[in-house]
Amino acid sequence: MSAPNKSGWKPEMHTGGNAPASPTVSGDRGLMLEEKLIFELGSSSNCGVDIDEPEYDVMPSLSGNLRMTTAPLPGLAEPEAVRHYTRLSRQNYGIDLGPFPLGSCTMKHNPRLNEKVARMPGFADVHPLQPVQTVQGALGVINELAHWLIELTGMYGVAMTPKAGAHGELCGVLCIRSALEANGDAREVFLVPESAHGTNPATAAFAGYRVENIPATPDGRVDLEALKARLGPDVAGVMITNPNTCGLFERDLKAISDAVHAAGGYVYCDGANFNAIVGKVRPGDLGVDAMHINLHKTFSTPHGGGGPGSGPVVLSEALAPYGPLPYTARTKDGVIHLVEEADADAFSEEHFDGKMRSFGRMAAFQGQMGMFTRALAYIRSHGADGLRQVAEDCVLNANYILRSLEDVLEAPYADAGPCMHEALFSDNGLAEGFSTLDIAKGMIDEGFHPMTIYFPLVVHGAMLIEPTETESKDGTDRLIASLRSVAQRAVAGDESLHGAPYFTPRRRLDETLAARKPILVYKDETDET
Amino acid sequence: MTRYFTEEHEWIDVDGDVGTIGITDYAQGQLGDITFVELPGEGDKLAKGDAPCAVDSVKAASDVYTPVSGEVTEANAELEEQPELVNSAPETDGWLFKLTLSDTSELDGLMDEAKYKEFVESL
Repeated sequence: MSAPNKSGWKPEMHTGGNAPASPTVSGDRGLMLEEKLIFELGSSSNCGVDIDEPEYDVMPSLSGNLRMTTAPLPGLAEPEAVRHYTRLSRQNYGIDLGPFPLGSCTMKHNPRLNEKVARMPGFADVHPLQPVQTVQGALGVINELAHWLIELTGMYGVAMTPKAGAHGELCGVLCIRSALEANGDAREVFLVPESAHGTNPATAAFAGYRVENIPATPDGRVDLEALKARLGPDVAGVMITNPNTCGLFERDLKAISDAVHAAGGYVYCDGANFNAIVGKVRPGDLGVDAMHINLHKTFSTPHGGGGPGSGPVVLSEALAPYGPLPYTARTKDGVIHLVEEADADAFSEEHFDGKMRSFGRMAAFQGQMGMFTRALAYIRSHGADGLRQVAEDCVLNANYILRSLEDVLEAPYADAGPCMHEALFSDNGLAEGFSTLDIAKGMIDEGFHPMTIYFPLVVHGAMLIEPTETESKDGTDRLIASLRSVAQRAVAGDESLHGAPYFTPRRRLDETLAARKPILVYKDETDET
Repeated sequence: MTRYFTEEHEWIDVDGDVGTIGITDYAQGQLGDITFVELPGEGDKLAKGDAPCAVDSVKAASDVYTPVSGEVTEANAELEEQPELVNSAPETDGWLFKLTLSDTSELDGLMDEAKYKEFVESL
């Protein structure tokens, strides 16, 4: 065993101060890599594989479809292609590199156990069109996960096929629409609080409803009285995010549900923030009729650049009969069936009065199988008690951040009590000319992915921080120390912050120009003829 | 010609039954750099409070509400190429659309310049 490093000596880190002024020939600066676009690398005469010249004349069989011009494909040998993407990945930031405190996105660690399970051949190498008797294990995963989701939410049924949060919202609202129309009660309006996720009003409008806003109270929650005043025979339902985007629990949700139900409407709950209440609160107990669950948030399946989402929708007894096909069902003989339209009536006996009332389907097949295996692995490895602790730890972390920083950054709802899974700050109190954007850029220099900025819209210059349960106290303390330092610079008017980031492969980008005149397609400038 | 303002930070110039609508300097300042303007189509029939227009900025996308009912006669085509006009000249060249007012009495509830200034200062 080697001796501990008592002096604490380590090689000096590059600060840029005494670096030679002349640029390097390669453009790289040691491990700070400069990388061209893939089209600018290699040459079009290169190819990663050798393809034999055809032995016979292929022209007749091409029927005149032979391409006469060169396809402008990048020409790289395999090692060049591998290096290109590896070099690019070195300029990236992900949850495996450090905290990803992007509020409202629940960027938590993706346990490696999930990945191991998802790669088992019985799950990874099956095809959705295989006969069901050959994929009983995979269907068993879907069926078991469905039961967990129903149990955790206190609901009656679940639609597993929606592919992501907003897809789940659409599924839920279509169930509501079907239920209303089945009763000859077509309604026109969906009520959405002004603090809602942007997808909520979009979903309601996409499903054919007119969207009306419900204001928030000064403490950041839905205004129950305003909501009650608007309810009536034209209101199909209400979409509520709980916990909401201000990071607060909607305490009045039960009263809201009761009022909506009394007026003949349905309650859709946006479950994107379920992470904060899983194992603690069952939305079914609060009168929710439909809620999507982002498996890729609460149940740790990769997302963003890392993988697809998955948005199963749990449904109340009133809405479950209208849920999409196909769904899984286990019969008494232990066989798991994939229920399609042809046999839906037969499977509706037990629960739905023997009548198939599904509104249709949300996806071609059974949903995001890769996410189901990962989510179930997460659930089974945590157990019910572990999931409860997930909620407790993520809320504790968020409150720790809120209370550690409220003396330097204004926290608009700090007086409304504890926050849930995310801490919300505003830009009030920063020096003249300094904005939330400056703080976000300063955090990049500190080596962190910035928090969510300018959302929710109800808070001026919002900064929404969601640490999740992933972060240890040490990690959270480092995040707080960095954010405190950057925030103090913004409050004190430290001009250097306007130039951040300094320590990245590229300095501050012109986001306005990028949005106004985006260049989305590579164009070979030398090939203008 | 008379100019009126709304609490949602739109302005409308009224000349006879023709109204020209845009967003105020205060609004563009709050939104930040405008990157895209979604405009209504000629002939669109609008009811007071409809949102025929949206402005995207680097921070957010925001609806623009029509302060009065009427039929759209023209949208500011310049904005398709130069959305930045809404930042540089929100209350002149950066106008959004014109309409024929169907009910001039709807103007009664709107603010004049002095009142709007007071309103903005109270925010």
